[in-house]
Amino acid sequence: MAVIFVDNVEIDAEEGRTLLEVCLEKGIAIPNLCFIKHNDSPSASCRLCFVEIEGIEEPVTSCTVKVKDGMVVTTDSAEVRELQKTAFRLILSTHRIDCGNCPSRKRCELIKISRILKVKLSPEIYDPIERKVKAEEHPHLIYDISKCINCGKCVYICKKLHGRSYITFARRGIETGISFFGEKDAESIPCGKCRACADICPVSALLFYEHYSDLLKKQ
Amino acid sequence: MSGNNEDIKNAFSEIKKNAEKNFNESRNSDIPAIYIGMATCGRAAGAEEAERAILETLDERNVKADVIHVGCIGHCYAEPVVIVDNPGFPPIFYYNVTAGKSKLIVKAFLERGDPLYEHLLGAMEENELIPSVMGFPRFGMEKRIVMEKCGHIDPEDINEYIKKGGYASLAFALSKTQADIIDEIRISGLRGRGGAGFPAWKKMEAVYGSDSKEKYIICNADEGDPGAYMDRTIIESNPHQLLEGMMVAAFAAGASKGIIYVRHEYPLAVKIIKKAIDDSNRMKLLGENILNSGFSFHIDIFEGSGAFVCGEETALIESVEGKRGMPRTRPPYPVERGLKNKPTVINNVKTLSTIPAIVNKGGKWFSGIGTKSSPGTAIFSIVGNVVHAGLVEIPMGVTIRTLIYDICGGIPGGKAFKALQIGGPSGGCLPESALDTPIDFDSLTEAGAMMGSGGMVVMDEDSCMVDVAKYFLEFTKNESCGKCTFCRIGTGHLLTILERITNGEGREGDVELLERLAGDIKRGSLCGLGKTAPNPVLTTIRYFRHEYEAHIHSKRCPSLKCRPLTAFYIDLGKCARGCDACVGSCPVDCIFTTKGRKKGIDQEVCVKCGECVTACPEEYNAVIKVSPPHLVPHIEKLEESK
Repeated sequence: MAVIFVDNVEIDAEEGRTLLEVCLEKGIAIPNLCFIKHNDSPSASCRLCFVEIEGIEEPVTSCTVKVKDGMVVTTDSAEVRELQKTAFRLILSTHRIDCGNCPSRKRCELIKISRILKVKLSPEIYDPIERKVKAEEHPHLIYDISKCINCGKCVYICKKLHGRSYITFARRGIETGISFFGEKDAESIPCGKCRACADICPVSALLFYEHYSDLLKKQ
Repeated sequence: MSGNNEDIKNAFSEIKKNAEKNFNESRNSDIPAIYIGMATCGRAAGAEEAERAILETLDERNVKADVIHVGCIGHCYAEPVVIVDNPGFPPIFYYNVTAGKSKLIVKAFLERGDPLYEHLLGAMEENELIPSVMGFPRFGMEKRIVMEKCGHIDPEDINEYIKKGGYASLAFALSKTQADIIDEIRISGLRGRGGAGFPAWKKMEAVYGSDSKEKYIICNADEGDPGAYMDRTIIESNPHQLLEGMMVAAFAAGASKGIIYVRHEYPLAVKIIKKAIDDSNRMKLLGENILNSGFSFHIDIFEGSGAFVCGEETALIESVEGKRGMPRTRPPYPVERGLKNKPTVINNVKTLSTIPAIVNKGGKWFSGIGTKSSPGTAIFSIVGNVVHAGLVEIPMGVTIRTLIYDICGGIPGGKAFKALQIGGPSGGCLPESALDTPIDFDSLTEAGAMMGSGGMVVMDEDSCMVDVAKYFLEFTKNESCGKCTFCRIGTGHLLTILERITNGEGREGDVELLERLAGDIKRGSLCGLGKTAPNPVLTTIRYFRHEYEAHIHSKRCPSLKCRPLTAFYIDLGKCARGCDACVGSCPVDCIFTTKGRKKGIDQEVCVKCGECVTACPEEYNAVIKVSPPHLVPHIEKLEESK
């Protein structure tokens, strides 16, 4: 057992566990979008879970740090908040904000993060960027890149459940999004019986056709 | 691991004896030898045409000579390069050898013994007859360790490499212990030439010290910086030196498998390195039980598909594993968990190619070259507004001023120096005040740039620094792998802001916004690409803030470069009555006749191509470019001129 101090509160934790995971279990609010529990190699791509650790000069992502006895952690220093706010605004500048029609609005991670950071749900100083990418067709899924925040959870979960991934990242730079390898045959893929990717998507960028038609009916 | 030292020595001297014999049989020292630089750069400059002309003329005139392909000697301004070794003369360096010059060399020099003084650059060795190239600073002030043999040997002939001392360091290393070799490299102080300058011995030691049975060594030849071509040239000109360095490093680290990650866009380099590997395998310098030492090592080629980010070591490993080239978080570093999660040494082409010299001459010798914290030499591809562009190898610690003005001949056209871009898209722009900065890892980092892999672009007074920053950001924005937020979206926003500034739509506070966002991207990004991508923006703001402010506040481009902020007009005081030179040059017919049969430009139609500036005869020079555009005087369009 290790003892660590997070924002001046003493916490008992198992040595070697991920700092972010431990903090979240103890109810300490650290913004995150790409973190998945029990994943040994975190993607660390959303760049939101920064914390400061005594002895380390720059803020570090808490999903890539293992708990060590005596660790002193600050989760809300000015430095940390600056990076988190910028990362959050950058993500929002490519995310179409349309909460009224969004199935995720009740469990939306972005709304939760805006509360933690005490900022508006808006990119503010950054002009919104529209990602111009042609939608790829899929027998079961609809992918909306204007909502996607590139967290990679769908790619991870698909690979974990099926041994190989039927979803992958594609393209480069700001146009990076997910792709389905051009799959057209509904029978050769397990998606008909599996809902994992749409369930894990924090922003409803991936929807199954039946969800989508429900959504249209409501509108 | 080391076997019987006598065995190793005997095995190597046997190979060397055969190589010398085969080489001597393949060359005839009684007839002239013509060496043509046939690396990618030479071919692009017309070396193939020169070769064809030489062969045809030799045949036509019935002159006997050996025509030998060599790699690149690094003097791009002189390409195509031909060195002629005519018995009775010292070897002579001819520059810009066109097909016509090739014929002349055969007819005048080989047939009549006239060395054509007007076409030669100098002799390759000291002699009484012809001044040596070493008197020319571009040769004399360089210090060649890695590139010593580049352009002098046939890269596809393993026998020549061995005859000229090749693979001796491998034989020597195999007779020592692994710890001895690592220690020698530690003493040399060799730092990684890929950009960050991490001590080379530390990686080897970490992998050597690991318990894992499987260990790897990877050569990173995924050179992608715009304007950088050092790695390509080294592979195309002396591939065996790289293989030798890699074998020594593999032996020291205990790796039994090596991978050379080279760009698919370098077809000639791929072909040459493949042949070199085959030849080494055939000579039993690679493979099982090398030189009876008990050490076995195999090398494979992996061709990268052109993603810039795969030059980042963890993305490179992902790519070799067959995944999308996206960086992993470090730690764990590749020396702990690299390829297939096994300990892996990753080094750049230049780092590995330096190792044979260190092993041959000793770490102490190497540490005496260059500066204390950055020993050895630096290789740069120096391009842009500079007279003698090309590859240079200089001792570390030489100042930027010496490099540009003394070694490379300064700025062409009598123009003023403005900035030096070092380190590609990850590096920065240094101004005139930084000209006396010594070139070494730490001084450059302190000045805000970085050594990088060795790309250098010299810019003269006509370059707009906001435009330069925009160019590099466009590159990184497109090459970002899209994994982490800061790099994927942040670079896009940096570019958007730079674009609006160069379009004359810059807003108050944009410079501060750039600084803030760039700082956050630098601290917040996942990998080296993102962490360094804002450097071009940050350094140009640091040294050329006034240019940003001129663009934003007075909508003026001080270098007259940004098209939306400039305009052309014709100075009626200079314009010649009745001269129509500019009229025909205009692609959009926007030049009209005004009073006194002089000319004017219709600003509404003008596309600012600048053709009229070129067309206007020099004695008038009447077309003037201004910024901001509203400085253009109103010139009346006459009705009857239509």
